[in-house]
Amino acid sequence: MTGSQEKSRRTFLAATVAGFGAVALAPGLHLIALSHAGAPRAAGEPASSKVRWGMLIDTTKCASGCDACVKACNTENGINETVADARQGSQWIRKIDLKDQKTGRTHSLPMLCQHCEHPPCVDVCPTGASMKRADGIVLVDRHICIGCRYCMMACPFKARSLVHQPLTEQNPEVPRGVGCVESCTFCVHRVDKGQQPACVEACPEGAMVFGDLNDPKSAISLRLAQEASTQVRADLKLNQGVRYQGI
Amino acid sequence: MTARLCVLLAALMGTVLAPTSVGAGAPKPNIRIENPGQCIAPAEEMRRNHMEMLKHTRDRTLRLGIRGEKASLNGCIECHASKTTGSVLGPGGFCQECHAYAAVKLDCWDCHQPKASLKTTGMAGVKP
Amino acid sequence: MAFAQNPRAEERMFYLLVALGGLVTAAGLGAALYMEHAGHVVTGMNNQIVWGLPHVFAIFLIVAASGVLNVASIGSVFGKAVYKPRAPLSGLLALTMLAGGLAVIMLDLGRADRLIVAMTHFNPTSVFGWNVILYPGFFAIVGLYLWTLMDRAMNPYAKPAGIAAFLWRLILTTGTGSIFGFLVARQAYQSAVIAPMFIILSFCWGLAVFLIVQKVMYAWNGLELDMRIRNRLKNLLGVFVAAAAYFVAVYHLTNLYFAKEMAFERFILLEGGLFPFLFWGGYVFLGTLLPLILLYVPAISRVRGSAFLASLLVILGAFAFLYVFIIGGQVFPLDLFPGYEVTSSFMDGKIDSYAPRWPEILLAVSGLGMTFLFVTIGVRIFKFLPQDDLAKLEGSGALHD
Ligand code: HEC
Ligand code: HEC
Ligand code: HEC
Repeated sequence: MTGSQEKSRRTFLAATVAGFGAVALAPGLHLIALSHAGAPRAAGEPASSKVRWGMLIDTTKCASGCDACVKACNTENGINETVADARQGSQWIRKIDLKDQKTGRTHSLPMLCQHCEHPPCVDVCPTGASMKRADGIVLVDRHICIGCRYCMMACPFKARSLVHQPLTEQNPEVPRGVGCVESCTFCVHRVDKGQQPACVEACPEGAMVFGDLNDPKSAISLRLAQEASTQVRADLKLNQGVRYQGI
Repeated sequence: MTARLCVLLAALMGTVLAPTSVGAGAPKPNIRIENPGQCIAPAEEMRRNHMEMLKHTRDRTLRLGIRGEKASLNGCIECHASKTTGSVLGPGGFCQECHAYAAVKLDCWDCHQPKASLKTTGMAGVKP
Repeated sequence: MAFAQNPRAEERMFYLLVALGGLVTAAGLGAALYMEHAGHVVTGMNNQIVWGLPHVFAIFLIVAASGVLNVASIGSVFGKAVYKPRAPLSGLLALTMLAGGLAVIMLDLGRADRLIVAMTHFNPTSVFGWNVILYPGFFAIVGLYLWTLMDRAMNPYAKPAGIAAFLWRLILTTGTGSIFGFLVARQAYQSAVIAPMFIILSFCWGLAVFLIVQKVMYAWNGLELDMRIRNRLKNLLGVFVAAAAYFVAVYHLTNLYFAKEMAFERFILLEGGLFPFLFWGGYVFLGTLLPLILLYVPAISRVRGSAFLASLLVILGAFAFLYVFIIGGQVFPLDLFPGYEVTSSFMDGKIDSYAPRWPEILLAVSGLGMTFLFVTIGVRIFKFLPQDDLAKLEGSGALHD
């Protein structure tokens, strides 16, 4: 299939770029460990609470105007429908540009589902469709989502979208459809196979690190132990899985 | 609006007429097995239990994160998609043919891609 | 209206009203079917304005539904003789308004076809989830209560049933208010005042609806409400209107002084175009000050029709209030990065606008249509007209205190 060849070629390219980037940045050497999030889980084995998936985003490396992560996400997750009003389209990940009101310093960063330890969307969901998997990934069980959108009201990060129209061109691995709420899944279908989320793999700057927050030896834990990081709206005490560095 | 109204009326009529057509001995669904090999369970059991199997898998995969399940929906599609259309739906489509006969309507295809894919979820076991 | 002399005309009028209610309802159902079929793209709602006009109407109906039951509660629970004959009508209105409001919420769901899922899956931490128990419970209890009121043999149980209904409705409105109160991340809603504020608002809106319906029913039957009873009811409405205004003021003040949501309050109260206009012009002036004048300035309040007009204005104010509260709260951007100017592809840092489109407008209005239809049929089939035994009331001194 040319499609999959194209895909694997791109994946390979991205990996190569990421690899070179890692080599070029001596302190970032352990980024090589990044190309594998972990071993694929064996068939039949449930997600384990021993693992907590998380992501560290280095905003100092994230370029304003670059949306490689957004594009990769859309490709991977089959977010390809056209909508007349962009606000009715799904945004699993979006780029936000920041400018400090006092100093004028600017930052750019991707905003995605923050995979909270205490997710408000899960608390408010009337049917229990909003759920947190044992390994900390927050998902919508779209088999029982009724599309009430209360979770969208509750999410502090505007990370959730309602699918506003019938779809036909889904990626078979990423079912999504009209009337249900959806959001970033950390590419759960890839993570379960031992791969990285698409955005992490696509980032040309290697600004995103994905891994197990519970494993002190994982790349992400090592980085978090060395460098200052923050959580967005830390005042809400949601203990997100996504952390930011440089803001 | 009129088109939708017609659909509604047709659906209502359809519901009313469905039992009569069955009584009149509608043709048996024309199920074609295009891929050689065996199903994940004996055909008789599949006919009777596939819905329970799928629902079971669905919760285990999505909520618990268990992959490589025997009764994976993508697994069914990989094996049962028509060679000509690539899909389990459409005229002669494996899932549709039978459900149309049994007057079952599924919402699965709102989300799940009915065409056999270039990729599969299956990590173990279910590859044809 | 002199229907008493002309039953044929009355009958024609009745069918006309039923047809009107039916038409509005049917239009809403059609719109819901269309939304179900085409998806929410055909509405003005989107991922920023998540809840729109249907929610404004539905929440009005649900909140007012629990409030209208107050009339019955005052009679049964607090033993006020003037209110007792009004209890059945109050119960009927409560049931029909709740039905209308819930229908709109349900029909607006992204997957209205999964209603059964909503009934069979229950998340105990969700305020919405509690409501799945609270609403059917309300139907059951108020239904029972109506039975105790309307069936002589059941009359002795009216008081306990009334108390149960009263308590249940307090919890229900707290639940409705908490739907918003629990949205911790949003500037507009993360306030503990919201639940009590909704309770008082429900008293106010419910009584206003009651007075309007009662007035129309009396007029239909060529009757006039006794002035003393009418004064009591109108004074109560005045108290509720003032109390609600107090809570709304407290809500905005706490937002200003404790939560420091200056930017948001400045938007809603001063600079937000439509929203300050609706708030000050719609809620404060038309929905609060004018009714208070109509109800309390003696020269005006004595005029027949002033209480009716005040009730209409209160309801107009209610819609203005809810529009500002629900839509205004979403139009204003979430403050993800305090101290930063923010831009993105998805309205971060930008003030949005909401333009409802016809499917959601039809659906929203059909909530009122359904309620109207049920009430029109209900009051014709059963005896809901409040009938006062003035001699007895006078004898017991219920009209003088
Ligand atoms: C609103 C969208 C939606 C609908 C409708 C839907 N699903 Fe799913 N389904 C999903 C998502 C999302 C997943 C998770 C995929 C993953 O993580 O690999 C999933 C996963 C599954 C899985 C496990 C993965 C696999 O391929 O085996 C099964 C089985 C499944 N669904 C069955 C069904 C059945 C049967 C129906 C119809 C009755 C249905 N689904 C309807 C969204 C949907
Ligand atoms: C490995 C390929 C494969 C997979 C995976 C597979 N099937 Fe089958 N299936 C077959 C074959 C081959 C037959 C015919 C076997 C026979 O007739 O004994 C069959 C028969 C059936 C039948 C009986 C048809 C009849 O003759 O009435 C049903 C129903 C069925 N499959 C459903 C499913 C469902 C549902 C799934 C997914 C949970 C599934 N199959 C997965 C290959 C597969
Ligand atoms: C041999 C005929 C047959 C075939 C082939 C078949 N089904 Fe079915 N299926 C049925 C019947 C009959 C029912 C209804 C059972 C009932 O109502 O109890 C049903 C029901 C279902 C349901 C449950 C529907 C609900 O609303 O609960 C699902 C899910 C389902 N089928 C999935 C599939 C999929 C996926 C395929 C294709 C891989 C498939 N079926 C192929 C006969 C078939």
